[in-house]
Amino acid sequence: MSAVAVAVGSPDIVLSYVWAGIIAFAVFGYIAMDGFDLGIGMLFALFTTEQDRTHVMNSIAPMWDGNETWLVLGGGALMAVFPLAYAVLIPALYTPLIAMLIGLIFRGVAFEFRWRTHRGKPYWDAGFCLGSTLAAFMQGVALGAVLQGIHVQGRHYAGGWWDWVSPFSVLTGLSLMAGYATLGAGWLILKTEGELQQRAYRIARGCGIALFIGMVAVSTATPFLQNRYYQRWFAWPTVFATAQVPLLVAIVTALFFYGLHRRWQRAPFLLTVALFVLAYLGLGISIYPYLVPESITIRAAAAPAASQLFLLIGTAVLVPIILCYTGYAYWVFRGKVGAEGYH
Amino acid sequence: MPGVDAVLLARAQWAFTMGFHIVFPVISIGLASYLAVLEGLWLTTGQEVYLNLYKYWIKIFSVTFGMGVVSGLVMSYQFGSNWSVFADKAGPIVGPLMAYEVLTAFFLESGFLGVMLFGLKRVGPRLHFIATLAVALGTLLSAFWILSANSWMQTPAGFAINAAGQFVPRSWLHIVFNPSFPYRLVHMVLASYLSTALIVGGVAAWHLLCHRETAEVRRMFSMALWMATLLAPLQIIAGDQHGLNTLKYQPVKIMGVEGHYRSYPHGAPLVLVGIPEQRAGRMRDALEIPKLGSLILEHRLDAPLAGLDSVPRQDWPYVPVIFWTFRIMVGLAFAMLALGLASLALRLRGRLYVHRGLQRAALVMAPTGLIAVIAGWFTTEVGRQPYTVYHLLRTAQSASPIAAPAVISSLATFAVVYFVVFGAGVMFVLRLMRRPPHPGEVPPFEGAPHRSAGITPAPAVHPDRTLHTHAPAQSAPRPQEPVP
Repeated sequence: MSAVAVAVGSPDIVLSYVWAGIIAFAVFGYIAMDGFDLGIGMLFALFTTEQDRTHVMNSIAPMWDGNETWLVLGGGALMAVFPLAYAVLIPALYTPLIAMLIGLIFRGVAFEFRWRTHRGKPYWDAGFCLGSTLAAFMQGVALGAVLQGIHVQGRHYAGGWWDWVSPFSVLTGLSLMAGYATLGAGWLILKTEGELQQRAYRIARGCGIALFIGMVAVSTATPFLQNRYYQRWFAWPTVFATAQVPLLVAIVTALFFYGLHRRWQRAPFLLTVALFVLAYLGLGISIYPYLVPESITIRAAAAPAASQLFLLIGTAVLVPIILCYTGYAYWVFRGKVGAEGYH
Repeated sequence: MPGVDAVLLARAQWAFTMGFHIVFPVISIGLASYLAVLEGLWLTTGQEVYLNLYKYWIKIFSVTFGMGVVSGLVMSYQFGSNWSVFADKAGPIVGPLMAYEVLTAFFLESGFLGVMLFGLKRVGPRLHFIATLAVALGTLLSAFWILSANSWMQTPAGFAINAAGQFVPRSWLHIVFNPSFPYRLVHMVLASYLSTALIVGGVAAWHLLCHRETAEVRRMFSMALWMATLLAPLQIIAGDQHGLNTLKYQPVKIMGVEGHYRSYPHGAPLVLVGIPEQRAGRMRDALEIPKLGSLILEHRLDAPLAGLDSVPRQDWPYVPVIFWTFRIMVGLAFAMLALGLASLALRLRGRLYVHRGLQRAALVMAPTGLIAVIAGWFTTEVGRQPYTVYHLLRTAQSASPIAAPAVISSLATFAVVYFVVFGAGVMFVLRLMRRPPHPGEVPPFEGAPHRSAGITPAPAVHPDRTLHTHAPAQSAPRPQEPVP
């Protein structure tokens, strides 16, 4: 990569696209991994006996913290390599992000706190469930708010602190909730057995239906938000390429319900992840090449090459190592979880 | 002026959330290293007492670590929510440092924390020890990067400014190892160890005072006071060196800390106490020792020292805060030194575990490390004002274009949530501390459902399920793999 660009501290186009890819990967890593444990948090209310709750909680207790670290990486790396996008997006999403953080606080401490108190346990259980729900909903709302466009002037967000509210952002919020709940149910199918697993199958079916309706609704509404989205999806002849996405969604969804019916154990979780991949791809098709739709492109937001290169070296070395030991941690806690958890 | 209010509120929000957050990493850094030492001693000596201490403190560690994670998540997004102009301008430099913190430290901590908390039976003691070491290393790496970023804001180096007004990197070596970084890193890591030692010592002292004198209590009392004896003097030296570094690179901050509103061409006094009057620009009712200020800072009695009257008023830090926070920190440091020396004297006379006065002192001193840390951070951060990046970017020009009502709403929300959540967390920690560590200590979550249901005392459930199994993980029947 250009040593000249490094020296003068200006952006480098190749580096910027590499980074856009890495951040997309980190955000997806977050969605897939924290998605299932947020989903389990939401489903927590459906399990009322102490034994079931212990089962359910233990199935994610060793992983949730690692999963959430991808969210910190997404925020940190965005500030490092696309500071302008970070400086515009975070103030624009001020309220939903703070609500999400509050939700994540209650959700995160519940893993510790619920074991430490008798009297307070129902409250921390409620905090776990409501916190997970709030975080999931607000992440979806944030996505909808970005998609529908935010008001930018110069290098600043220029809108108000309630601009994010719209029927569309509420719809994306609810859809993401359904998606996370489906992931969570799929994870429970993987990690449990017997009666609890049978319940997880039934829950996965309900959540899967909600997810499918949500995906159809969001996909239908998105092209009409901005003319460019419409062009991107329906222009001739690229429509043949873009049409593959909904087609694949239909196939994967059908397989998902068939798998539930046949009581496949791994497939429901993996197929839900596949649905998330497709939805994510669709999102990319709509937004590319912008980071902030219609106002700030990947190029415009890029930090100087010296910043991007410095962090890229570390990322190239460290992320494979991180994936190795994260994989190791998952492997240590592989298999079905009992009421005594992993202890 | 509404703009000023929003900035002040954003600062209040930062100070509030940071004041809560900083306590947890300090304890995490200290306890993670302590746990690594305990597990290492258990593995090498085979003494049960170390294992029991390990199992006792890991429970407290896991609660404080969890609180550190969630309060830290709030900090990482606050750069954007309340300080977006700072994020845009300093992002190319501060951003990569913080991203390195995530990559090298947070993943390491969270990746191995699960194994550390739940995995001993599954992986065996040796691999488990590696997990403990990984978590301890992670906490130290985290301190490395975040202090590098913070120090760069205090003493920026290795950068240029581009057309968009952004700070852009020229030399990462100079950025990471900026002039105040080594001093701040040493000072902070020592502070973490010392604060943790004081907490451990305070808990032990309380149990000794209450006549719950298990071997574990005695051992941790002794270990903690060794740390106080050794680290308190080291910390005072490190703090002095840090202060001299600040004098060189941020002399205006030192003027504020010393209460030197006016210049002293023929040797400055050391102001012990007094009432700083910021508006009038003078100290009222000051109790001073002549020439001692110059002696400490310049090592000469008659060395001239410039005061704030040599600096434009709009560049002054707010003296009434930093004057006092600095004195709180230094006063506590000398109290810690006294505790360490007293414990050494009693230890040499064989009265370490019997002297009630020492135990009472250790109990009173338990929270002082954390108080000193918060006071120290107020000194260095308020002392950096009115800038976010020293001399280059003003705080007033760093804030987000967010209306004051939004900032005050989020501040109020954080205040309520933090008091409820972290108040409960601190209560749980105190509840764990109320019980002394004892033989047959139970690891965290061991039989949690059984214990809470009150059916069986957990250690009696399965002898093979306590932490001190040496059986390799594979000997346990493997859970069935899911089959599609």
